[in-house]
Amino acid sequence: MQWETVIGLEVHVQLATRSKIFSGASTAFGAEPNSQACAVDLGMPGVLPVLNEAAVAMAVQFGLGIHAEIPEVSVFDRKNYFYPDLPKGYQTSQMYHPIVGPGEVEITLDDGSTKAIRVHHAHLEEDAGKSLHEDFHGMTGIDLNRAGTPLLEIVSEPDMRSAKEAAAYLKAIHSIVTYLGISDGNMAEGSMRCDVNVSVRPKGQEAFGTRAEIKNVNSFRFVERAIAFEVERQIELLEDGGEVVQETRLFDPERDETRSMRTKEQANDYRYFPCPDLLPVVLDRAYVDHLRDNLPELPADKRARFQEALGLSAYDAGVLSASRDMAEFFEAVKDVCGDAKLAANWVQGELSGALNREGLPIQDSPVSAQQLGELVARVKDETINGKAAKQVFQALWNGEGESADAVIEAKGLKQVTDTGAIEAMIDQVIADSPAQVAQYRDAEPDKRGKMIGYFVGQVMKASRGTANPQQVNALLKEKLDALC
Amino acid sequence: MHDKTLTELAASLAAGEFSSRELTESLLARIERLDGEINSFITVTPEQALAAADAADAARARGEAGPLTGLPLALKDIFCTTGVKTSAGSRMLDNFVAPYDATVVEKLNAAGTVSLGKTNMDEFAMGSSNENSFFGPVKNPWDGAAVPGGSSGGSAAAVAAGLVPATMGTDTGGSIRQPAAFCGITGLKPTYGRVSRYGIIAYASSLDQAGPMARTAEDCAHLLGAIAGHDLRDSTSVARGVPDYTAELDAPLAGLKIGLPKEYFGEGLDPEVESAVREAIRVYESLGATVREVSLPHTHFAIPAYYVIAPAEASSNLARYDGVRFGHRCEAPTDLTDLYLRSRAEGFGEEVKRRILMGTHTLSEGFFDAYYKKAQQVRRLIRQDFLDAFDEVDVLMGPASPTPAFDLGAKKDPVSMYLQDIYTIAINLAGIPGISVPAGFAGGRPVGLQILGTHFAEARLLNVAHQFQQATGWHLRRPALAEESL
Repeated sequence: MQWETVIGLEVHVQLATRSKIFSGASTAFGAEPNSQACAVDLGMPGVLPVLNEAAVAMAVQFGLGIHAEIPEVSVFDRKNYFYPDLPKGYQTSQMYHPIVGPGEVEITLDDGSTKAIRVHHAHLEEDAGKSLHEDFHGMTGIDLNRAGTPLLEIVSEPDMRSAKEAAAYLKAIHSIVTYLGISDGNMAEGSMRCDVNVSVRPKGQEAFGTRAEIKNVNSFRFVERAIAFEVERQIELLEDGGEVVQETRLFDPERDETRSMRTKEQANDYRYFPCPDLLPVVLDRAYVDHLRDNLPELPADKRARFQEALGLSAYDAGVLSASRDMAEFFEAVKDVCGDAKLAANWVQGELSGALNREGLPIQDSPVSAQQLGELVARVKDETINGKAAKQVFQALWNGEGESADAVIEAKGLKQVTDTGAIEAMIDQVIADSPAQVAQYRDAEPDKRGKMIGYFVGQVMKASRGTANPQQVNALLKEKLDALC
Repeated sequence: MHDKTLTELAASLAAGEFSSRELTESLLARIERLDGEINSFITVTPEQALAAADAADAARARGEAGPLTGLPLALKDIFCTTGVKTSAGSRMLDNFVAPYDATVVEKLNAAGTVSLGKTNMDEFAMGSSNENSFFGPVKNPWDGAAVPGGSSGGSAAAVAAGLVPATMGTDTGGSIRQPAAFCGITGLKPTYGRVSRYGIIAYASSLDQAGPMARTAEDCAHLLGAIAGHDLRDSTSVARGVPDYTAELDAPLAGLKIGLPKEYFGEGLDPEVESAVREAIRVYESLGATVREVSLPHTHFAIPAYYVIAPAEASSNLARYDGVRFGHRCEAPTDLTDLYLRSRAEGFGEEVKRRILMGTHTLSEGFFDAYYKKAQQVRRLIRQDFLDAFDEVDVLMGPASPTPAFDLGAKKDPVSMYLQDIYTIAINLAGIPGISVPAGFAGGRPVGLQILGTHFAEARLLNVAHQFQQATGWHLRRPALAEESL
C-alpha cells in the first residue's frame, strides 16, 4: 500500500526580551542556577505577574510577519499541573484567545518550488524551570532561571507531507523570527524547540490517521530523523495489522528512535481557566499599525526582490535571503561595489567557502562587508584581475591589510593594462622561449590555440599575475601569428 | 488610651498628650494580658513595634509627622511582611517569612503607622467564623461563647477588645464586613482594584480585596486614603486618583436615596437583626434620606456562583504550596508524589482541602462549562442587578449578616456556614464597595448595618456611615472586656 505522511508542528520560540514575561528578572542564558529567579518566578505567596509589553510586541510582529489575523483581545489562561520545576503549579499560557490568529508560512522545497503551510494560531506563554537529575545523589535539583522566560508557541495546521517539508517549515519559522529579531533562534540553547505531530494514512484517504506527538525536538536534523523513524514505525505497525495509539513520544537522538512517554489515557487534565491576576490584552489598531509599519523586510519578500530587482537567480536569491545576517552582509557588499551579481558570486563563493572551512557564521566573518565590497569593486573596475582578487581576499581574511586597496598597493597587484608594458613582457618571453616558438610555428593552425597557454602563463608569471589576461591573450596571438 | 478611636489617638499624639512609644507599650501590655483568652493575634511583634514607635516619635520631634504617624494597628496574617512570619492561618505557612512587604504594608509603613503584629484568621481566608485557623479559634470579645466571624476574625476581635485601634483585613466574600458586624466595629471592603493585592496571600484573586477595620467610618476613611491607589505590581489595581476620603464625611444626607433590596429582608433573617436594621433606616430618614424598596433578582444565585468561582481560583492559587520551595514539607518523602501528597495533606486544613477539591472538580474537563462558565455568566447578571439598582438609588442598605454572631462549634455543616454570607458575597462578585457599621444588638450580640455603593463610591459610603455614627452611639459601645483598663 502507498502511505502518505501528515505532519503538524508546534514550535516554541523563546522571545528575545531582556526580562521575563511576567517579572523583571533577567532572561540571560547560562547564569548560576537560581540567580535569575525573583519572587514572582519562584511563585512566592502573594506576588503577582505583570505582563512584559516587549513580549506582546514581539508576538504581534510575528503575527504580522506571517500575515496572520491579530485579534483585538487575547486572554491569558492558567494551565494547571504539578511539577517541581513549575513553581506556581500552573503555567500561564493562552488557551482560548491567543494573541496571533490564523496565518501562513511559505516554505521552499529542494526543487525550488514553494508551498504554503497554514498556521492555526500562535500564543504567548511562560517557560518552566529545569529539573537537574544528575549530581544530586538520587535527589533532583531545580534551576528556576528559565522559569518565566517568554515563549511564543506557533501551532501549524497538519499541512506538511514529509520530513523534508517539516524541516523546511522549521527553517522558515527560524528565518522569520531571526529576521524580526524577536528570537536569537539558538536551538542548542533551547531558544527554539518543537513538538511534532505525525500520522500516516493510505494515499488518497481523506481522514487523518491516529497521530503520535513527539515532544521537545531541538534541531532541524532531529526533526527529520524523528519523523523518518516515526513514519516507518507507524507504517510497519499498520501493515502488520496493528493500530497506532494516540500518545506522546520522546525522540532519542543517541539511538535514533522514538519511545512512548505517556498515552492519551494518562494525559493530564489541565483545568484551563482565565488567569484572574492578568487583564485581557487589548491591542488598539494604532499599536498594531505602528508595528506593521516598522516591520523589517521578511525573507519571502527579500527573496522576491533579489530576483526581480537585482536579477539574481532563484537559487542565489534563496541562499542569500535564508538568514537575516546573510542577506544584510550581501546587501552591504552589493551597496559598496554596485554590482549585485558580482556581490552574490563573491559572497556565495570565496566568502562562504572560507567561512565553511573555518566553521564561522557570517556575522563573525574576518572580512567585513565593506572590505569585500571594495574588493569586488576593484574586480569590477578591472583594477585587479580574478587571480589577484583571490590573493587580496586571502590577505584580508588573514588580517594583512586594512582594505582591498591597501593590499593591492602593498602587494603590487594592480592589473597592468598598459599595452606597451605588456608587449615588452611578451617580447621578452618570446625571446626566451625559442623552442616553444618553433613548436608553435610548426603546429597546425587549429592546434595553436592550446599551445598559446604556455606563453600566457609565462607572461602572467613575469607580471606577477598583474597583467590583464585578456590583453595578454590577444597581444600574444597577434605577435606569435606574425612570426608564422 | 485603648478606648480612643484612631482619629482621637492621632489628635492626642499631635497634642503631645502621650508618645507613640507610650501608646504602643500600653497596647502591647493589653495584648499580653487579654489576648491569651481572645486569641486574636497569631504573632505579636513588640520589638519591631517599639522600634517603629520610636521612629515615629523621632519623626514627630523633627516636625515630620503625617496624619497617621505613630498610630498603632495590626495586620491580618495574610499580608506579607518582611522578617515577620506570614502564615495565612495555615500550618502550611507556619514557617514562612516573606522577603517582601505587601504594597498595603509598604504604604502603611511609609505613613508611619506602627504594626503590633499579625492577626488570626480562617486558614487562607476560607471561613466565616475563624474556626478554620491552624492557630485556634478566636473568641468574640462580646461573648466568649460566640465566634468573631471570619475570615478576618482576629482583626475584628482585636479592635473590639481594645487591643489595637485599627486593623487591616481582607474580604473575598464578606471577610471584613461580617466579622466587623459580629464584633460591633466598622469595616470597609473597597471596590475591587482600589487597593493593591500585591503581597496579599491569594485566596480567590478576582474577589480578594483589602480594607480597613476600625471603630469608626472616619478612622476607615483615614486608613483607606493611605492604602488605596494604583500599583504597577498588581495589574488588576485601577489607575484612578485617590480622593481625600475624609473630605466629604460631614456632607449632609438630605436627599440621599436609599434602596432596600427586598431579597435582603427575606426568609432566614433573624427578627432582632431585622428590627435593628429597620431602626437604623429610620435614623437615615430622620437625616433627610428617602427610602424605597429595590430588587436584586439574582441574589439567590450568589452563593452557588461564589462557591464555584472562589474555589476554582483557590484550587489553582494554592497549587504552589507543594513542599518544594517554601512552606510545610513532610518528613522524609520517599518520592515526588509522596512529597506532594503528604506535604499538602499535613499542611492544609479540612475546609481548605474541601475548597481545593470543589475547585479542581468544577474546572475539570467536562464540568468547566456547566460550572465555571455558567458561574461567570451569573456573576455578570449579579453585577448588572447592582448597576441597575444604582441607576435608581445612591446606596443600598441591609443587614451585613442574617444573624448575630453564632456560638463556637454551632455550624458543623459547611453549607450552613456558607449561607452565613448571603448578604455579603454578591458584593464581591459585583466588585462594588461595602461597609458594615454597628447598628444595635440582637440577643446581646452586635448587629451590623451594611451599606453598599457603586464602583469607587467609597467616599460616599464613608460619608453615609459617618453621618449615622454622628447621629447614633452604637459604634461607641464596648464589650466589658474592652472597658476594663489595666
